[in-house]
Amino acid sequence: MPSFALDGQEIVFKPGQTILEASIAAGHYIPHLCWHPKLSPHGSCKLCTVQVNGRLCSACTFPAADGQEVISASEELRQLRLRLTQMLFVEGNHFCPSCEASGQCELQAMGYYLGMTDGHFPHFFPRREIDASHPEVLLDRDRCIFCELCVRASRAEGKNVFELAGRGIHTRLVVNSPSGRLGDSALQAQDLAARVCPVGAIVLKETAFRVPIGRRRYDHKTIAEVSLEQEAPLVRAHWQEANHE
Amino acid sequence: MSKVKIATCSLAGCFGCHMSFMDIDERLLELAEVADFDRSPLSDIRQIGSCDIGLVEGGVCNAENVEVLRAFRRNCRILVAVGACAINGGIPALRNRYDLGDCLEEAFLTGLGVTDPKVPGDPELPLLLDKVHPIHEVVKIDYFIPGCPPSAEAIWTALSALTSGNIPQLSHQRIRYD
Amino acid sequence: MSEEVRQAVAEAVGRYGKERSAVLAVLRALQKRFGYLPMHALDEVAKALELPLAQVQGVAEFYSFLAMRPQGQYRVFFSTCIVDEFKGRAALQERLCARLGVPPGQTRADGRVSVNEAACTGLCDQGPSLLVNGWPIARLTPESIDAIACFIDQGVPLEEWPREWFAVQDSFRVRGLQLNAPWRSGAALKRALRHGPEFLLRELEVSGLRGRGGAGFPTAAKWRYCREAQGERCVVCNADEGEPGTFKDRELLKHCADQVFEGMTLAAWATGAQKGFLYLRGEYEFLWPHLEQVLRGRRRRGLLGRNLCGLAGFHFDIAVVVGAGAYICGEESALLNSIEGRRGTPRNRPPYPVTHGLCGQPTVVNNVETFFSAALIALHGGAWFAQAGTAKSRGTRLFSISGDCAWPGIYELPWGISVQEALELCGADDALGVQVGGPSGAFVGPRDFHRRLAFEDLPTGGSFMVFSRQRKLLDIVENFSAFFAHESCGFCTPCRVGTQLQLKLVRKLRRGWGTLGDLQELERLGQVLEASHCGLGHTAAHPVRTTLAAYPEVYQAALREIDFSPGFDLDAELETARQLTGRFADHLAQE
Repeated sequence: MPSFALDGQEIVFKPGQTILEASIAAGHYIPHLCWHPKLSPHGSCKLCTVQVNGRLCSACTFPAADGQEVISASEELRQLRLRLTQMLFVEGNHFCPSCEASGQCELQAMGYYLGMTDGHFPHFFPRREIDASHPEVLLDRDRCIFCELCVRASRAEGKNVFELAGRGIHTRLVVNSPSGRLGDSALQAQDLAARVCPVGAIVLKETAFRVPIGRRRYDHKTIAEVSLEQEAPLVRAHWQEANHE
Repeated sequence: MSKVKIATCSLAGCFGCHMSFMDIDERLLELAEVADFDRSPLSDIRQIGSCDIGLVEGGVCNAENVEVLRAFRRNCRILVAVGACAINGGIPALRNRYDLGDCLEEAFLTGLGVTDPKVPGDPELPLLLDKVHPIHEVVKIDYFIPGCPPSAEAIWTALSALTSGNIPQLSHQRIRYD
Repeated sequence: MSEEVRQAVAEAVGRYGKERSAVLAVLRALQKRFGYLPMHALDEVAKALELPLAQVQGVAEFYSFLAMRPQGQYRVFFSTCIVDEFKGRAALQERLCARLGVPPGQTRADGRVSVNEAACTGLCDQGPSLLVNGWPIARLTPESIDAIACFIDQGVPLEEWPREWFAVQDSFRVRGLQLNAPWRSGAALKRALRHGPEFLLRELEVSGLRGRGGAGFPTAAKWRYCREAQGERCVVCNADEGEPGTFKDRELLKHCADQVFEGMTLAAWATGAQKGFLYLRGEYEFLWPHLEQVLRGRRRRGLLGRNLCGLAGFHFDIAVVVGAGAYICGEESALLNSIEGRRGTPRNRPPYPVTHGLCGQPTVVNNVETFFSAALIALHGGAWFAQAGTAKSRGTRLFSISGDCAWPGIYELPWGISVQEALELCGADDALGVQVGGPSGAFVGPRDFHRRLAFEDLPTGGSFMVFSRQRKLLDIVENFSAFFAHESCGFCTPCRVGTQLQLKLVRKLRRGWGTLGDLQELERLGQVLEASHCGLGHTAAHPVRTTLAAYPEVYQAALREIDFSPGFDLDAELETARQLTGRFADHLAQE
């Protein structure tokens, strides 16, 4: 079996796997926000940046290869990931105290994981539109981090409800309906696209405090622990199925 | 050994962080043994003198906030941002999505039930800034204690490190943004 | 209007087809017709092309030249290339806006005109310049601005404006090996067909030709990889010449389009491709009719089309695809996405275009100049080409020289020439420095004028901008930082946010508010930018880094001797409240 070294530890992988898939399947967490085990990898958040044979690469898209030297757990990379997380915080309007996703939010949990205590950079305070037109789903663009998980999920579901428009810092999430409003789109609450948002940009209405604060996903566990508990089995199952085919 | 001098203030905040500070409960007595309070709502001293540690709650929303914050920076060896509002503007910064001129006009000139339309201009009232800013955008900040409010444990952890001359380090469990 | 829109969409779709790849051309046609792209027009396009509306919107909003709000009947873009800036762009634009009574970035109430800014439009050898409805007007003066304002005000149709206004001067200053070489249309192709693809690839190998876009990948190897890959191969010419200070492709396409198309056809012969595309930057739309004419001529002579040159089974044709204002589309995988009718964001690599390019098929993407050189090499031989240049940078190349020099223009020079020699040739003495390779390249100060333009030392896509000692270094850095912030596609976090933060810090320094901490912060930001998705982000910190290396004292002099100062204008933020309360005496000091 081919293998690579992740921070000095041997990771056996299956041909076709990315560095991130192989690492998570082997029980080693690499930070990530725009990656989801059920969706095609994207490589945009750059949280999963690792050094592969000395070069910076996105672990979620970079193919694993025999004999690679991969570094993920260095102080230099923690610092990089901290800065990237802070960039995501300051470019949007992330006010955790008033956000119903607090405690379930991957961006917030990433901040905790990386020891982030402040935004470091000046805040942008952008003005973005909120869309409450859908009976079951709320779209709060203030909290969008452009990971495109909803875009990819909705594409996979054949509905194409979400898309990115604009360019650069003016990039924004748009909705596929003639009015541009979520209420006029084909989105349903049970769609993966409505549930895959890692932050509080797309949230289900009337469910905000069903899980009380103190019992939320990241209240007592780190994002690394949750990822290995929930995502690792999905990756393993996926690659087992792929092998049977 | 002389006592450590601490000053605290609340800028555009709700005093919730101060309340949480009070929640260190009987440890306040421990703190009193090693520290004195300079300017603070806890001491009623109005003018800040030379201090070791300044704790600032709240963001910067007006000219007075800027001046108080600068006085703290000038007088404190170590300046700490306490709580969400100081760190990212917090709830008061929700007003940043609106234009200040529109807000003042609606509130004082054109809104429902306005009599004697006039934007209050008494010199006692500080002029508002267009946006509420985190304090690290206005002066240099040494340490941050996040939370809305930060838990008494987080405040105590940071403060006991600082009063004993150490760098405050918050564990995963102590870092919260809500 | 809605019936008119439906009709216009039907016409455009009739002309450009129902494929997804037609979307940009259709949107461009509608933009031209209506002056903007109203949502209901996007909806019609979506229906006609059977695409989700949001995807059409995503494409439409990506490009600078497509607008979601009504633009003027005359749509003016001033080039903000630093060279044009230093020649007085701002004052000329202000003059035009004042004459026309329209603020920049807005459309005049009567819908007559809008005046905007664009990144370098590729006319810096004869700037300042503007584009009006896609047509370039160079060598602007206050007098020509006044005349333009007059014509716009009177609503004179563009066709009736004096033709000489739109003249783009020829600017070959120095012709060398390649520009002096004899050329006969079809001769290179026939020679290659006679000797076979392997012969052609050998000649290219012997020539040592490396990609002229800037990265310098060996051309023969690229063609060979594509030849060996399985699938419906494709040849793409990258004419999205967007690096500020470059304009050689403009002249090549004007004068040597036949060589370029022959180079593409040779690539098709070597790789077995049947389809070719030339992706022309939107700023060069004025060259489009000429290119189509050259293509028609080649088809007529049997040099394009089916059974090319009478060789049974050799089918190849070329289509021109026109962009709409996005520097990032010069990145090869973003360019492929743009041709496919997607947002022009760069793709993940691997896989590379040679195996997974256009529509996932093996694709050769080369620069205009690379195809031009390949055609000449096929005709005159690899050894002929390799006689010039250095060991790792064979041949000559076209340098676009602009800025503070006596003779701006295009210089064909052998690789390995020093910066100093190039400065002497173009008539520049006492230069503050030279920007080699555009904003993504390097600023070279006098201490390094002995360095050589070659892959071994200073690699470059050919942009060579000269700055005299009258110029302020931080003006240059701000212009380049603003360029990257404007052109970042927004796909990845470090570049989307980092280029904005970098711009804020550079502006702070330039205003004289910077501290040593800000300088250190800029250096750290540069490290974060290295984690970006593509070359734009990787090079976005080069202007700061290379100018800092050349002139640390300029930065030092701009710093305040305090350890912190706010990054925003504190007192300006009181202005709204001051106005509404009438307390005009109340102010805040910046620090």
